[in-house]
Amino acid sequence: MIQLLQNLGKSTRSSFTKLGRATFFLLQTLSGILSVLLRPRLLLNQLYSVGVLSFLIITVSGLFVGMVLGLQGYYTLSDFGAEATLGVMVSASLVRELGPVVSALLFAGRAGSALTAEIGLMKATEQLSGMEMMAVDPVRRIISPRFLAGCLSMPLLAAIFSAVGIVGGQLIGSGLLGVDEGAYWSQMQASIDFQDDILNGVFKSFVFGWVTSWIALFEGYDAIPTSEGVSRATTRTVVNSAFSILGLDFILTALMFGDN
Amino acid sequence: MQHTSTQDTLVGLFVAAGIAGLFFLSFQVSNLSSFTQQDTYTLTARFENSGGLKVKSPVSAAGVKIGQVSGISFDPKTYQSVVVMKIDSQYNTLPDDTTASVFTAGLLGEQYVSLEPGGSDAFLKDNGSIDITQPAIILEKAIGQFLFKSASEEKK
Repeated sequence: MIQLLQNLGKSTRSSFTKLGRATFFLLQTLSGILSVLLRPRLLLNQLYSVGVLSFLIITVSGLFVGMVLGLQGYYTLSDFGAEATLGVMVSASLVRELGPVVSALLFAGRAGSALTAEIGLMKATEQLSGMEMMAVDPVRRIISPRFLAGCLSMPLLAAIFSAVGIVGGQLIGSGLLGVDEGAYWSQMQASIDFQDDILNGVFKSFVFGWVTSWIALFEGYDAIPTSEGVSRATTRTVVNSAFSILGLDFILTALMFGDN
Repeated sequence: MQHTSTQDTLVGLFVAAGIAGLFFLSFQVSNLSSFTQQDTYTLTARFENSGGLKVKSPVSAAGVKIGQVSGISFDPKTYQSVVVMKIDSQYNTLPDDTTASVFTAGLLGEQYVSLEPGGSDAFLKDNGSIDITQPAIILEKAIGQFLFKSASEEKK
């Protein structure tokens, strides 16, 4: 019984310690961002590996999500004779929720896990300590460029996801099922607001990019430097990112869209 | 060297695609293209009942949208609904005996303010108020009155 209490206390304490380390790590990363701006080449390389390499999976998933929304939305809406509002349904659900959330989940799986594995391996093969020996700050050199690249590419990826999805919904809706194309676009334009919907979606995806990159980089940096430790850290990245994205999405939605 | 230049191109393409996506969302999907940041002037109308009117509901004259509702509040002294509207300043020739009514687009559509110009020669100015108004028709009330009326007719 005492043992149980002790273990409980130990695990609680260690999880708080981890949160503290993560916060300290985030502050370190943020303070390194200024030096990244002085060396844009590092950022460009990371934009390539974080953003460009995630482009394909985001585009293809966006297209299919939009097509499924078009198909399912049509069957539901046609019961009420409201097929003309298909565009509103597809675009509102993509721009507000699915775009930021699904692309962030894919981003965590595609780019987040790669970041964790990369940094975990760097730690396991003692490249990070090697850098410290050469008086190169690994946080500034390795972590901050990746963090900034994640924060910048996530809104772009989410915008691509939503845009491709809306076109996909239109392909299915008016190409296959015969919804009027003019109604699809005009109803959409009438009800989607630039500030309330589009900008809030962009803000959401920025927050998700921030959180996902933070978790991925920290898990890699904090990984136990063995092959098993790195594999566990990668798993934790995907699981924790998914939890935080979905949890934060609820909070952000309640805050942003609460008044209407 | 070759490698980095292809990488640069791909990053450039990626950023361009992202920005194109944002532009697409802004101009094709949202109402930004129809939302012109033109000069507007403000009119106020007091309704007995503004029904389901909301902020950003359209204000139209002869079926054409000329502005939107920018605020709705309840006046605790007169027990009326005070609706503030922003009208595009190019339409500044509304007579001061214009009638404002709250209508519904279609049977279940959204509600909007319809302005019907009168015959006066004087025009409404900025911060002017519309005195002749017609409240929103509440469907439940109308049905209730109709039922009541037909019931009392049957008794006779």
